Amino acid sequence: MTGWMLDLPLALGLFGAGAATLAARSLFGAVLGFISTGLIATLVWVRLEAPDVALTEAVIGAAATSVIILYVASRIGGGAAAPAPPHIALRILAAILSALLAVLLALALLALPEQAPSLAGPVLERIAPTGLGNPVTAVLMAHRAIDTLLESAVLVFAVFAIWSMAPDRRWGRAPGPAFVAEPHGPLAFLARVLPPIGIVIGIYIAWVGADAPGGKFQGGAVLAAMWVLPWIAGLIAPPSISDMRLRLAIAAGPLVFLMVGLAGFVWAEGFLAYPPGFAKLLILLIETAMTLSVAVAMACMIAGPPERRPQP
Amino acid sequence: MSILISLFAAACVLAGAFFFIAGTLGLLRFGDTLSRVHALTKADNLGLGLIVLGLLPLADSLADALKLVLIWALVLLGGTTAAQLVASAVRRDQRPPE
Repeated sequence: MTGWMLDLPLALGLFGAGAATLAARSLFGAVLGFISTGLIATLVWVRLEAPDVALTEAVIGAAATSVIILYVASRIGGGAAAPAPPHIALRILAAILSALLAVLLALALLALPEQAPSLAGPVLERIAPTGLGNPVTAVLMAHRAIDTLLESAVLVFAVFAIWSMAPDRRWGRAPGPAFVAEPHGPLAFLARVLPPIGIVIGIYIAWVGADAPGGKFQGGAVLAAMWVLPWIAGLIAPPSISDMRLRLAIAAGPLVFLMVGLAGFVWAEGFLAYPPGFAKLLILLIETAMTLSVAVAMACMIAGPPERRPQP
Repeated sequence: MSILISLFAAACVLAGAFFFIAGTLGLLRFGDTLSRVHALTKADNLGLGLIVLGLLPLADSLADALKLVLIWALVLLGGTTAAQLVASAVRRDQRPPE
């Protein structure tokens, strides 16, 4: 009864925010609609009792992605006027394809069997050898570790793709634009006060992922924010993209993951298999390296390719 | 005793919700940016503060209660900074071009 009173406004709000995003007249308005959609989607995931997905949606979908597109919007349009809309035929085609996709998704939803096929039971039975308390982490790091390994490699390629946008003459400089410091401004104050708290929270979210909702992507994104904040405030400068330490930090996670996976041939049954008794320790090792990589890679994605420095 | 706690929690959360609604109304209805920022900070500070206050006696453990207070403090910090940044951007825009 009370659940229905929560669900209806959430569902209507999600549709409303999506419609507002599409109908927005300015680029800036569309970005705000997108952020609202992400926030409401987070609440929807909470209502569906999927807190792990909710955390990821909040941190990646609503926060990190929004920062990137907000930045892009302010760069290409000044945030005020929308760019010229595409040709009417293209828009009609896009509308038809989107509507078709929505209908197909709705049909698929209606065709679901009454009792959804689930592997939740077998997962819960086999969670003990991993030493983890959170079944989601057990699936990500043990039962379907290959998916997570590929996912972690995507981060490295994403940074490659962004850096390759830099013109040759700026290769090897620091990523992103340079921000003018305002040493006594409110942003500089926040950039001094927040990181000590945010770093603890980021590490906590990554650490608690073993037994509760959380993990490397969510914690790493918070850590990335704690690096980007003082950088936007002009208090610190990011290292050059040819800095070996920066590159190593981005590659560390997938590298450690891959090495532990290969070592599985020697000390366990095969690729990505953990030796009995050491699963928790090895998963912790991978998670630690991955948290570092997610944080640094995400900060580099937000920063963008090296740009022109302002003349001092 | 538990009825008193529930009453206290309900009163605080309802009062907090009132400030959120009032703040949203101000955000939508006030004429200029500075007034809108002013309305919005009431929702952050008082609205969330009262909701956290109402939820405190219902928290399972001291750690949970402290996390609630931390969330409020972080929202205060973020909201205050955002309000200052918006206000300084308004001032910069209003300054006559030199």
